[in-house]
Amino acid sequence: MSIHTKTVAELAQGLKNKEFSSVELTQSYLDRINVSDLNAFITPTDELALTQARNADEKIAQGNASVLTGIPYAHKDIFCTNGVKTSAGSKMLDNFIAPYDATVTHRLNQADSVMLGKANMDEFAMGSSNENSFYGAVKNPWDKNKAPGGSSGGSAAAVAGRLAPFATGTDTGGSIRQPASLCGITGLKPTYGRISRYGMIAYASSLDQAGPMTQTAQDAALVLNVMAGFDEKDSTSAQREVEDYTASLNDSIEGLTIGLPKEFFSEGLDDGVATTVMDAVKEFEKVGATVKEISLPNSKFAIPTYYIVAPCECSSNLSRMDGVRFGHRCEAPENLEDLYCRSRTEGFGEEVRRRIMIGSYALSAGYYDAYYLKAQKTRHLISDDFKKAFKEVDVIMGPVSPTTAFDLGSFKDPVSMYLADIYTLSANLAGLPGMSIPAGFSQKLPVGLQMIGDYWSEAKLLNIAHQFQQATDYHSQTAEGVN
Amino acid sequence: MIDNTQLKQIATLAKLNIDDEALDSTAQDLNNILALAEQLSQIDTDDITPMAHPLHMTQRLREDEVKEQDQSQHFQSIAPKTGKQHYLVPTVIE
Repeated sequence: MSIHTKTVAELAQGLKNKEFSSVELTQSYLDRINVSDLNAFITPTDELALTQARNADEKIAQGNASVLTGIPYAHKDIFCTNGVKTSAGSKMLDNFIAPYDATVTHRLNQADSVMLGKANMDEFAMGSSNENSFYGAVKNPWDKNKAPGGSSGGSAAAVAGRLAPFATGTDTGGSIRQPASLCGITGLKPTYGRISRYGMIAYASSLDQAGPMTQTAQDAALVLNVMAGFDEKDSTSAQREVEDYTASLNDSIEGLTIGLPKEFFSEGLDDGVATTVMDAVKEFEKVGATVKEISLPNSKFAIPTYYIVAPCECSSNLSRMDGVRFGHRCEAPENLEDLYCRSRTEGFGEEVRRRIMIGSYALSAGYYDAYYLKAQKTRHLISDDFKKAFKEVDVIMGPVSPTTAFDLGSFKDPVSMYLADIYTLSANLAGLPGMSIPAGFSQKLPVGLQMIGDYWSEAKLLNIAHQFQQATDYHSQTAEGVN
Repeated sequence: MIDNTQLKQIATLAKLNIDDEALDSTAQDLNNILALAEQLSQIDTDDITPMAHPLHMTQRLREDEVKEQDQSQHFQSIAPKTGKQHYLVPTVIE
């Protein structure tokens, strides 16, 4: 077994047993990144990585290692990294050297993990294909003509292409789960507020949530243990104890009640995806789970609700990108208005400009009630559907995405791309934790199984996912040439 | 429906420029998105409270104490243009 196909848990054991050093491990990943054509990284940080690896090796030698000490990772370029370019996939921040660390970065540094580089992403996390990056599209390791999904497309491709044993991601409307599904890896979006948003460049603040992207559920638990926790620097951070997410991985799932929302298996779902997802559900029945059909009647309104709420919040959040204090400034501005308008028009890509304009319109005088207020009310209904459902079932399962990975360039108009987010948006609108785990393949492309749990049920989701991964090997399969 | 005049107003609010030749296609894209949003008008939300926070949390308050060190120089080092510890922009008042 090659070193780069090992899981975080296996690598931690190897480092502990002195089978290899963190420097050797880090160098092997850097070598892979340097010859990779996936475009998964915006900024590889070779020198910093090797410095961090040397420090980690010292810690290991002194016996002061934690689980992630010396483990390399790809860091989504939305997390501020002190002294390292943090672009959020945008020309606007192409010159932005973050002057401080995000809390997630700080926590990973405290754990002495090794940052291999900043992962490619859709600009400001707006997109589902990674084609909206200023730095070019990322290729899906399973088929390089296909998209890896987005917005955490670089992170997903890095893990699937075994360029990193784990990656960080963020999920505002599915941006961890959808690329995890399309690339055949494990991705977890925790409950809103579980992981600090401090230093994570904001897209839609009431929806944004960071999470781990890994090969296995066990690895996701190990990484979440480090990422999660209260942070006084984030006013929406939850003041709630962090449990050890690895503690219940091996619990039996006998007696588990799985809810299948009928709305998630209706028109528009690819047959191959539907079959693969249902086969995965049958695996759970084999180990003693029961399945129940449920209804989330308002979930069909998730797309219009999200595509009002998120643009409104983004139009507000991105107003700070004004060419004054940091980021892109246009050449020779004639006056302040020209400075703002030209810097922003030059700095933002098309999709970002579009969402800012939708948000500006929906929040403007005379339209607020019809759009933003209406969407916030519908959001309540979507959330109430889940509350009802979780009185009857322990976990909700279904597809992540209506299709497997699609061809790069195949979505010509923005709305058709939005429609593909149908299964992931509801969990963000309700603030619930969601996961995508490899469930099998359809026409040689990976299919993800989505699991949505009740608030704070991350440990339960990881337990269910781990049990599935004990019975199947989809999570350890790689594209040809990767192993 | 957003027409080109309205679109220019929106662009002004958003501090963005739109080239004249891109007005029609941009308006079309925005109208397609707003058509999607029209679906919401089917729902009766008269007695529903808007959901401002997924966990219905209220803003946490803290004591107003100085905890951070002054790093203004460090933070200004990435600014496009500064002078005398200020961010510089083109003259606003002649």
